[in-house]
Amino acid sequence: MGDETVHALRGVSYDIYKGEFVTIMGTSGSGKTTMLNILGCMDRPTAGHYILDGEHIEKLKRDSLARIRREKIGFVFQSYNLLSRTTAIENVELPLLYNSKISSSERRDRAVAALERVGLAERMNHLPNQLSGGQQQRVAIARALVNDPVIILADEATGNLDTRTSYEIMMLFQELNAQGKTIAFVTHEPDIATFSSRTITLRDGLLKKDAINENIQDARAAFEALPPPETFDDENGEDK
Amino acid sequence: MSISTLVKIALKALFRNRMRTFLSVLGIVIGVAAVITMVAMGEGSKKSIKEQMTSMGTNAIIIMPNRDRRGGVQMESTESLEEEDVVELREKATYINAVSPMITVSGQAIVGNNNSPTQLSGVSSDYLKIRNYEIEDGVMFDDDADRMAKVCVIGQSVIKNLFPEGNPIGKTIRYKSIPLKVIGTLKLKGSGDFGQDQDDVIFTPYQTVMKRFSATTNIRQIYCNSIGEGYAEKATEEIMGILKERRSWTRPTDPFRVFTQEEMITMVTSTSDMLSLVLTAIAGISLLVGGIGIMNIMYVSVTERTKEIGLRMAIGARGRDILLQFLIESIMISLLGGFVGIALGVAASEIIKNALNWPMIVSATSVMVSFGVCFATGVFFGWYPARKASRLDPIEALRFE
Repeated sequence: MGDETVHALRGVSYDIYKGEFVTIMGTSGSGKTTMLNILGCMDRPTAGHYILDGEHIEKLKRDSLARIRREKIGFVFQSYNLLSRTTAIENVELPLLYNSKISSSERRDRAVAALERVGLAERMNHLPNQLSGGQQQRVAIARALVNDPVIILADEATGNLDTRTSYEIMMLFQELNAQGKTIAFVTHEPDIATFSSRTITLRDGLLKKDAINENIQDARAAFEALPPPETFDDENGEDK
Repeated sequence: MSISTLVKIALKALFRNRMRTFLSVLGIVIGVAAVITMVAMGEGSKKSIKEQMTSMGTNAIIIMPNRDRRGGVQMESTESLEEEDVVELREKATYINAVSPMITVSGQAIVGNNNSPTQLSGVSSDYLKIRNYEIEDGVMFDDDADRMAKVCVIGQSVIKNLFPEGNPIGKTIRYKSIPLKVIGTLKLKGSGDFGQDQDDVIFTPYQTVMKRFSATTNIRQIYCNSIGEGYAEKATEEIMGILKERRSWTRPTDPFRVFTQEEMITMVTSTSDMLSLVLTAIAGISLLVGGIGIMNIMYVSVTERTKEIGLRMAIGARGRDILLQFLIESIMISLLGGFVGIALGVAASEIIKNALNWPMIVSATSVMVSFGVCFATGVFFGWYPARKASRLDPIEALRFE
């Protein structure tokens, strides 16, 4: 609003290599969101360079940025951002709708494949409000996978989920990473960062720490180590 | 994004807000139906006026004395038409094929106990041709043989009034105490341009009127018939030339006025054109209001779906894709309104035609134009909301709650 220029990020420089699983950590106000917007090609740096898959993003216009987002980036948001009253499969198909090169049958096939990868193939005709939070986030991940992006950007993707579901989602991310997907995961939860291969920490717009994670936690093991979910007697009524 | 996909998305969005869509569509429906009905009404009345005009004789030309203006006061003309003019015109004019004087007398036509306030018209036999009258029974008087004869030819209304028992041929009508023998009757003609009864006529040789009734040598009007459509102007020029020549006329003003039926038709149709224009404009305003309704609803829709727009942009939709999405939505509302409106307008026209017996003509042009206007309305009123949507910043839009 004001005329005062705020430099959300200053002199931050790093490379993310293919196949890496990077978490970007930082408290609020550290420049995480700005970093994510730039990585996601929704915003351009006022100075400096951002090279994604060989393209100088900082030079691109609005429409070209949209093309980059369409072809090279997969977004996963904290609040899922699925279209309501639209089935899972249609939500997953959405990014491909904006790519005229893809036929409707190929679109469907790829969406089904993406839903299979996140383990929701049998739920493809469900509406978001018929799915749990974790399932909705899986649909969102399938949507991020469907265009076969060079990088998946997750913005607090576990922020709205309980611990068990969070770990399930992290398991999925680790699986995708193991299959060769490059992932950048923005979070402020330190335990989520332990599942990644590298952590970049921002503070007050500066790069504070960039460390390879020597001791990557296995999300499956962490999930299994959790105490079993509480059960209520009336839920087991039919077991009697 | 393909058009069919966009249409599918638009249909879905419209279906999701059924009530809202219905109301926006209704605005357009009313507008279009009003336009179609009004235009049908205008076209219909224009056509019926034209038909009536034609029944009067399309090629008729009327010559009458010009009135002098002196100091703003209209005076009776100093020049008058005479029988010699009729003769000259008949001999010399090439663009006219019938000439008849017209001298009228007002009074009561009396037969026994019956009477009728019918004007007595002194004409020549050519008059029938000029005004498209036809003899039903008996004969028309002959200009030479019946030159001052006390004979007459009467219309159907006169027969009804004076001879309720029928068969008037050979009977006598008393007009201003002068007996006139009925030698012919005219076929039914119906009402004229301005609702006057064209069958309430008594024709008698003009010399009979001039000598026996009015005692005058002046002829009030001369009726002519041009040789065909489109010759009215040439005929007028020629007539004026002949009349001036006979009088060695040198003054700059014309001695007579010449009216042609063609001019009359143009005048009357231009009046009804004006009327239908006004009606259409009023109907058009309701279409405009409908369009504003669409614009309003599209703005609401864009605001409501800001987050969706943000998401679509984040996953790769260009501004153009978003613009098209909303534009197609508004076009669909207006086209849907157009379809229903046209159907309703055509139905309303039919109902008015049958129930009120009004002449209604639904022209293909008005249907096509309405449809085109609907499309344009959708584009025009959808454009700004759609452009607003397409210019949203994806970051801001995604954060919108």
